[in-house]
Amino acid sequence: MSPTPREYNKMSEKAAPNSKLWKNVGMAFLVGGLICTIGQGILSWTQWLGLSQEEGGAVTSIALIFLSALLTGLNRYDDLAKHAGAGTLVPITGFANSMVSPALEFKREGLILGVGAKMFSIAGPVILYGISASVLYGLIIALFH
Amino acid sequence: MAVKTGNYTYLLENTPSVLSFGAVGSKKESEGPLGQYFDVINPDSTFGENSWEKAESKMVQISVEKALSKGHFEPEQIDMAFAGDLLNQCIGSVYGLRDLGIPFVGLYGACSTMAESLALAALFVDTAIAKRALAVTSSHFCSAERQFRFPLEYGGQRPPTSQWTVTGSGACVVGESDTAPYVRAVTIGCIEDLGIKDANNMGAAMAPAAAKTIARYLADTRTRPEDYDLILTGDLGQVGSALLEQLLEQEKIHLQGRHQDCGLLIYDRQQQDVHAGGSGCGCAASVLCSFILPKIRKGTLGDVLFVATGALMSPTSSMQGESIPGVAHLVHLSSSRRRKGVE
Repeated sequence: MSPTPREYNKMSEKAAPNSKLWKNVGMAFLVGGLICTIGQGILSWTQWLGLSQEEGGAVTSIALIFLSALLTGLNRYDDLAKHAGAGTLVPITGFANSMVSPALEFKREGLILGVGAKMFSIAGPVILYGISASVLYGLIIALFH
Repeated sequence: MAVKTGNYTYLLENTPSVLSFGAVGSKKESEGPLGQYFDVINPDSTFGENSWEKAESKMVQISVEKALSKGHFEPEQIDMAFAGDLLNQCIGSVYGLRDLGIPFVGLYGACSTMAESLALAALFVDTAIAKRALAVTSSHFCSAERQFRFPLEYGGQRPPTSQWTVTGSGACVVGESDTAPYVRAVTIGCIEDLGIKDANNMGAAMAPAAAKTIARYLADTRTRPEDYDLILTGDLGQVGSALLEQLLEQEKIHLQGRHQDCGLLIYDRQQQDVHAGGSGCGCAASVLCSFILPKIRKGTLGDVLFVATGALMSPTSSMQGESIPGVAHLVHLSSSRRRKGVE
């Protein structure tokens, strides 16, 4: 008498422990917030140095991407992300990590088919659908503005 | 000569022995409860190589060398090698055995490969096709992650049902001898699929296969769990182990504390952050070859049903939304040639 797939699915859901929702949400809020605060700090500092809002924004993005890539290269970003979850995934640092980590991982397969091809294996869909969505959004604005 | 009993089980009348065995692990395995039992521990998980795949092949090579040297065998004395691993086209085994010149049968049974290879080696020896046969499997956390999941440095969170691929390898030489452990019977499992699609919950995907194989073996041999000291599954982990016991309860088979799982033995789940436990071909292989076989040899364990379980999906089938089929093969290992009270 084996269970049906539907019955077994229920058994398996019952047997599986749940994610620690509140702990994960709390950590994501704190670490994500911290990254954004660091970003705001860099932005304010560059403006204090005399850069415009736009120039300062570019410097902030570059600095956060650099920090994320550096921490990824030093094997530290994933240790932080394990606890932070969406907190390290959603900001621009998560995007940088998703490009640097496959680049590191697949360097053994060579610069073209390894680093070159695999670098976008996680970030690629984000770029594709991000750009597609912005084109669609632009069209809607152009038509109805 | 092996004889079929029931529908799925072969009794090995000549009871081949596991003559010698070797187990290799790395840092995380050495920090677990079984660390002291491994033959070789290399805290450097690259094993001195420049790719994770080569590191895995190196482990295969080391575990085979260890199994051969412990039994004072030369590669020429082995008639057949049964080997497999998780990597595409089983390259862990292929490159690990490349230089040994042993006739090679490559197997893919995912994490069930240790039971599969041991069963075939024992059948070959029992039927006198081979005088000595080798069974070896391996897995490496880093090579498995890059093939099945994400790059190592990618910042993601693992769900609580996920398991940690063991970096390890185990090898057994099977032949005729008067020393335990003996292989008394084997059951080759069927592919079972109850529709689990979550690749982060392999324990649940494999539990039905383990339950079916155990139930079939017990029915074929007309025995009960009480006739065995230990029923050892490969890598069901915490979730799969719970489900196995529930599935067998439904079949009126009560394991009554005789069940253990290699994935739960090899790591300390509380301390080592492995979520639902260990997994991978190397999990069942290294636990068997480091911790279980010596106990059977000494006689502290009498009769053991070794049931390694495999999730037979690929990254392609997962991406295409297919469910995960499981398989489980069973090997009855014993410290004596005859069942207690039967001569």
